[in-house]
Amino acid sequence: MTTTQERPASGPGEGARPGNPAAGDKDRPIGYGRIQRKEDPRFIRGKGRYVDDIVLPGMLHGAILRAPVAHARLVSIDTSEALAHPKVKAVITGKDLEGLNLAWAPTLSADVQAVLVTDKVRFQGQEVAFVVAEDRYAARDALELIDVEYDILPPVIDARKALDADAPVIRDDLAGRTDNRIFDWEIGDADETEAVFAAADVVVAQDMVYPRVHPAPMETCGAVADFDPIDGGLTLYETTQAPHAHRTLYAMVAGIPEHKIRVVSPDIGGGFGNKVGIYPGYVLAVVGSIVTGKPVKWVEDRSENLMSTSFARDYLMRGEIAATKDGKILAVRTNVLADHGAFNATAQPTKNPAGFFSIFTGSYDLQAAYCKVTGVYTNKAPGGVAYACSFRVTEAVYLVERMVDVLARKLEMDPAELRLKNFIRPEQFPYANKTGWEYDSGNYEPAMRLSMKMAGYEELRREQAEKRERGELMGIGVSFFTETVGAGPRKHFDIVGLGMADGAELRVHPTGKAVVRLSVQSQGQGHETTFAQIVAEELGIPPEDIDVVHGDTDQTPFGLGTYGSRSTPVSGGAVALVARKVRDKAKFIAAAMLETRPEDLEWEKGRWFVKGDPGAGKTMAEIALGAHGTVALPDGIDGNLDAEVTYDPPNLTFPFGAYICVVDVDPGTGRVKVRRFIAVDDCGTRINPMIIEGQVHGGLTDGVGMALMEIIEFDEDGNCLGGSFMDYLIPTAMEVPDWETGFTVTPSPHHPIGAKGIGESATVGSPPAIVNAVVDALAPFGITHMDMPCTPARVWEAMQGRPRPPV
Amino acid sequence: MQIPAPFDYVRASDVDNALALLERHGPESRLVAGGHSLLPMMKLRLARPEWLIDINGLAELDFMVREGNVFRIGALTRHTTLLESPEVARLFPIVTDAEQVIADPVVRNRGTIGGSLCQADPAEDLSTVCDVLRAEAVIRGPAGERVVAMDEFHRGPYETAVGQNELMSELRFPIRPRSSSAYEKVERRVGDWAVAAAGAAVSLAADGTIEESSVGLTAVGLDGTVAGIGDLLGGRRPDEDLFAEAGRIAAAACEPVADQRGGIDYKRHLADELTRRVLRRACARASEEQEG
Repeated sequence: MTTTQERPASGPGEGARPGNPAAGDKDRPIGYGRIQRKEDPRFIRGKGRYVDDIVLPGMLHGAILRAPVAHARLVSIDTSEALAHPKVKAVITGKDLEGLNLAWAPTLSADVQAVLVTDKVRFQGQEVAFVVAEDRYAARDALELIDVEYDILPPVIDARKALDADAPVIRDDLAGRTDNRIFDWEIGDADETEAVFAAADVVVAQDMVYPRVHPAPMETCGAVADFDPIDGGLTLYETTQAPHAHRTLYAMVAGIPEHKIRVVSPDIGGGFGNKVGIYPGYVLAVVGSIVTGKPVKWVEDRSENLMSTSFARDYLMRGEIAATKDGKILAVRTNVLADHGAFNATAQPTKNPAGFFSIFTGSYDLQAAYCKVTGVYTNKAPGGVAYACSFRVTEAVYLVERMVDVLARKLEMDPAELRLKNFIRPEQFPYANKTGWEYDSGNYEPAMRLSMKMAGYEELRREQAEKRERGELMGIGVSFFTETVGAGPRKHFDIVGLGMADGAELRVHPTGKAVVRLSVQSQGQGHETTFAQIVAEELGIPPEDIDVVHGDTDQTPFGLGTYGSRSTPVSGGAVALVARKVRDKAKFIAAAMLETRPEDLEWEKGRWFVKGDPGAGKTMAEIALGAHGTVALPDGIDGNLDAEVTYDPPNLTFPFGAYICVVDVDPGTGRVKVRRFIAVDDCGTRINPMIIEGQVHGGLTDGVGMALMEIIEFDEDGNCLGGSFMDYLIPTAMEVPDWETGFTVTPSPHHPIGAKGIGESATVGSPPAIVNAVVDALAPFGITHMDMPCTPARVWEAMQGRPRPPV
Repeated sequence: MQIPAPFDYVRASDVDNALALLERHGPESRLVAGGHSLLPMMKLRLARPEWLIDINGLAELDFMVREGNVFRIGALTRHTTLLESPEVARLFPIVTDAEQVIADPVVRNRGTIGGSLCQADPAEDLSTVCDVLRAEAVIRGPAGERVVAMDEFHRGPYETAVGQNELMSELRFPIRPRSSSAYEKVERRVGDWAVAAAGAAVSLAADGTIEESSVGLTAVGLDGTVAGIGDLLGGRRPDEDLFAEAGRIAAAACEPVADQRGGIDYKRHLADELTRRVLRRACARASEEQEG
């Protein structure tokens, strides 16, 4: 069932349930609805507590010396002058780490990454040495006192040349490695797909590049490591989206017993996937603390963040679509060259080397699909899934949504009509696609129609036709995406062997206030509010009476953390189930208090009462006091109102949305102005519409950045050309329009509350809408494709009939 | 946090004191005003002065005043002050145009006109503006004060006529009757340096023909104003064909280099396109001025 709404209701209305009569305020939702974020009072007052705010007694400061070149053999390092600096306490090199068996660390993708260079530099900005000093100024100054000799090697920069016979082998550290191929991965039926293509009326093909971009969170990465040499315990404060996974990996790698490690992820100033992996800097802070016996803080600067931490995308793709001449899409085929940089440090489920790229079949009912992805090493920073991409759904959606527009042009069909003609129909759900996914639920046409209505689509097309007559360049771009989030069922998805489940613990205190503990960690998404609302909805306790605890492995149950839009689909499920467990237990206690049988009780939000006698009931607060009081409890019911669960989701969730973008292009300069953007999202059940809209606004802004300006470029020597915010541009309020959002609601049938997740939908769905709009605007020049970023110069080149790939 | 190399800091009390401090601390000392160019360069350790001499307290350099047919702007005048001045907007709309596209409000609140000119970044907007308006720079040093024209002031990228022991104290702009001006920049994003920009100033004769004109270009490798445009436009009535001809001259005159912001042909195209646009707008404004 799907409900639709064009505009969010003002005030607390939408999604709000009738207020708890006991609370006396009908407008304030006890549960889902538009309430202000509990975390905002501290954030807007500057009272957040981030890693760099942590100061421990005797704390020292670390700084990393980074390689100035992309590919070079390390000849020698002389640290004597740095060690002679009066404030320097230690200088650590790769050789020192070899002695501790810590020079190399496993990545999240079955590869290893150098913590500090021992043999060879493999990308510009790679970690070469670590200085620990009394303050961060001295640590930074001492970096210049380290003398390193490099023997420069030819780098591999263009991924297309990485597999050439004469390409230098980057990973000669790996035994038996003779080329730069990381993996070949394929999915779908190649023969079946070929047969459909061979028989099709129409085939279109297009090469396209999703450039390397960077998450660029406002807060860079950092850590404070505090090793206690007496009890052998390590407390590690770090910028991580996955504190529990990190702790387990540190235990596995560093040999510190897991129960002796406490990982604390305090307030996080944006993550977007950048803070999933374990970076050498974190490990070095730990080593620094072990070596000096003092706490060590390391916080990277902006250039270090941009040049060395997880990038995203870098997919060189060829897409093909086979269709009938009247516009029925039959098959999609794609071939991808994936640039993973110098180490395969991609943060993604281990069995999915191309992440969830196989969702490139999009929102369409196909007869066949096939894709092949080849991953290669290059002399660039490692990483490669980060950035709000739902494990490469971003690339997949871009590919298919761009291709559908290429087909629309070929068939001279309206791109919105072409999509409507090919959607998976509501009665086909759950829908098994041709690459092994089972879409849980969807109702695509109402979302598409709503976006067109909000946009005034027909009127926009009329306006465009008039403007074209006058030589003005206006473009209308459509994209329709299906996301794949909430990884995931542990039988299918793990990260280095850890199943992707999440835990929740709920404790109702004697006075009816509660605390819920999560394994996921917010980076600004509003978990403290959303998860309190889920408990509130289930138990009828006001959200402000429920504390949400997260980000500290000593305080929270095990789970894999926040990325891939998985907090609400996975942890949200855990929280709903743990609350229901408490509610069920409360029934027994209430029955004991009311001296009746549990089966004679009925639930209304906030209280159990006797069927047929609404006056005889107990509120959650009364039951909590009863649980901890003197009431005689039935057998098997212990005296508390606490519960815990670990939630293993039965399937992924598949949010979707219809986006329409309107751009104006200045014919004289190639400047693109995003005039309007209409985003209709369906994330299933909506817990806090205000938070959802915030997530959508942020993701759409990300999309404008990627479509119009963001790219990490390298010169032929491998120098990173995007190492500061002067060179790596991210959008400002001036580049984005007033977002127009709408929604439909198609709950997930398998999720405890029907929620699907929203975190990355807009980042996934918006770039193709914007690029489709730009290409549409350039139609008078005969252009059918141009690659991102659509900077003025690149748009102008496209207008001259010579669009070029960005790399 | 990006950390500069160690340096010492001193706050100057007046212009003479600033000059004395420059003399005392020698070639490794630098003046700091808004600091929006110098400090980022220091944080990246591209600039490593041993001494920073802070002139932000020098109120005597923070002024705007009209004296007859000259408009004087103190070197310490902030971008925001220029942007918000109705008198500047009326006399020199090119300044207001440019200020709207210089960086962002945070930078404009702090950055100064003197700092912009003395930094002499090739993509800096106000240098072009001063060229086009035929401003003069007042430079003070141990030997006293001297006034230099813009063609003498500019010495190439990051170099000016201001000596190590000197300081720019003000800029002087001639006020011409029946004149106006305009500036337009293409950037990849608000706050980015220019891909290319152009500025134009024109004065009209009583009959509506162009009396005097100048066009300057930013970030495309042209020193000073575009030669030949004044002669081309002089005595002619403004129209699209004339602007197109001026655009062609500007495109031919510049020597852009390819970078991440764009290729040579695109920048040359912008020199042409933007020259036409700013001349069109400056002429339209000047004739409004005339009618008004």
